[in-house]
Amino acid sequence: MEGRCGVNGTVNLLIGLAMGLNLLALASSRLPSVIRTVAVQGVALGLMPLLLQSPLDWMVVLVALATVAVKGFVIPALLGRAMRAANIDREMQPFIGFVPSLLLGAGGTIAGVAGARFLPLLPEHAGTLLVPGALASLFTGFVLLVGRVKAISQVCGYLILENGIYLFGLLLIRSTPLLVESGILLDLTVGVFVIGIIVDRIQRAFDSLDTRKLTALHE
Amino acid sequence: MTTVFLLLLRLGLWLVLAPLLPGIVNRVKSWVAGRRGPPVLQLYYDLARLWRKGTVLSTLASPGFVAGPAVAWVALVGAATLMPLGPAGGAVSFRGDVLLLVYLFAVARFCTAWAALETGSAFEGMGAAREVSFAVLTEVALITAILSLSVQTGSVTLAAMLAPAPGAGAVLLAGGLFAVLLAENCRVPFDDPNTHLELTMIHEVMVLDHSGPPLAVILHGAALKLLLFAVLLSQAVLPLGSLPAPVAAAALAVAVLAVAVGVGLVESLLARFAFRRVPLLLTTAFLLCLFALVLAWKGGAA
Repeated sequence: MEGRCGVNGTVNLLIGLAMGLNLLALASSRLPSVIRTVAVQGVALGLMPLLLQSPLDWMVVLVALATVAVKGFVIPALLGRAMRAANIDREMQPFIGFVPSLLLGAGGTIAGVAGARFLPLLPEHAGTLLVPGALASLFTGFVLLVGRVKAISQVCGYLILENGIYLFGLLLIRSTPLLVESGILLDLTVGVFVIGIIVDRIQRAFDSLDTRKLTALHE
Repeated sequence: MTTVFLLLLRLGLWLVLAPLLPGIVNRVKSWVAGRRGPPVLQLYYDLARLWRKGTVLSTLASPGFVAGPAVAWVALVGAATLMPLGPAGGAVSFRGDVLLLVYLFAVARFCTAWAALETGSAFEGMGAAREVSFAVLTEVALITAILSLSVQTGSVTLAAMLAPAPGAGAVLLAGGLFAVLLAENCRVPFDDPNTHLELTMIHEVMVLDHSGPPLAVILHGAALKLLLFAVLLSQAVLPLGSLPAPVAAAALAVAVLAVAVGVGLVESLLARFAFRRVPLLLTTAFLLCLFALVLAWKGGAA
């Protein structure tokens, strides 16, 4: 019981860190810092299966290491490369200003913490922040997706959204095969890779990454 | 009789020690920059010099120009009597004194801004407008921090609220209150106490037209306010109530010193923020306090 409590404490600490990083991503006005924030969040969440699955099995370790490597290093590198290739300036242009989006994110986090109590969870999950963290990340990713203009910041929003889904998936870690997890990871990498190419194309075609210009496309 | 004597002794301690803090901050700054810097007691010399000088009064100014700083100073001294000092408790303590503390800070701010507007200078009006608009955000953060302490301890008396361990939210509360301290005392990321560019100053521009004894009172009040916030921050974060009295007193002194050094380090290592970034930082401070409140509330429920 004591060990269980210690594990829960570490897990909650990591999820709390992820929640803080959510708000940091909402508040930062520079693209590189958002990318870095998302990377750190990916690493923090990638370590979670190691803590949750008590008899460690090599498959879990492998997937956790792959998650850390992909989310912490490969995807940020791809995004950084896309940013340099497209030669865009680093300022973000928000639709929803930084202060309102920060307040929205904090509201979402608190709503997640308060709302998770009413969900019918397994008793072993009731004490952790898994569900609130997942809800908060989903909401943060959503705000970033909707509230930022540039394509790369929207990718970061998508990544945070995915981190939220991943946290939700950890609830089912005992029953979902980890193959599914690794499949999602592969999808994510390919997705970011493709977006990196698209960003370059958008930049060449429109001379900016402003996605508002994509609303009026012609043949 | 002894209570009156003790009260006066404590007040004397507050008033005498307050100008020490800006001296320490300046010492840390000059140490980081590799300069010799002014003596730690510089503010005492400044106050003595200003006290001997005459006052220049604008023909436009009403008596409020002199009364404003005086009232502000008295309000801050009142706040100092309410603020408990670790094991010694508050000199004056009653149920709900924390509300009076918040209002005394507000009165002090109002009077400084009012005196700044007296001469009708455009610059001072600008400074007053900035001071008051940033205060909207810092006060929310401060009140949220106080609420979280109050929820944590189930009390609205300062001495009872600040004594026990603040629980899991201590780190959040420390971050939030430190940002409030920097903003309320016009320290670096929000305002630069050394700047002499009227367009960007906040506190310094409000006191531009004051001279002689009123300026001395303003400077002493500002130092007192810094000490008050440092003591509040230290007591909110440290579990002083659970330590034996001498250790608690020593811990409080060390913590206040650490806060002063922290302010000095922040001031040396950070540039001041652009005005449009300031609300974001203050909102962050508010959110830190808000999450401390949520933690206190959840901890209480569980």
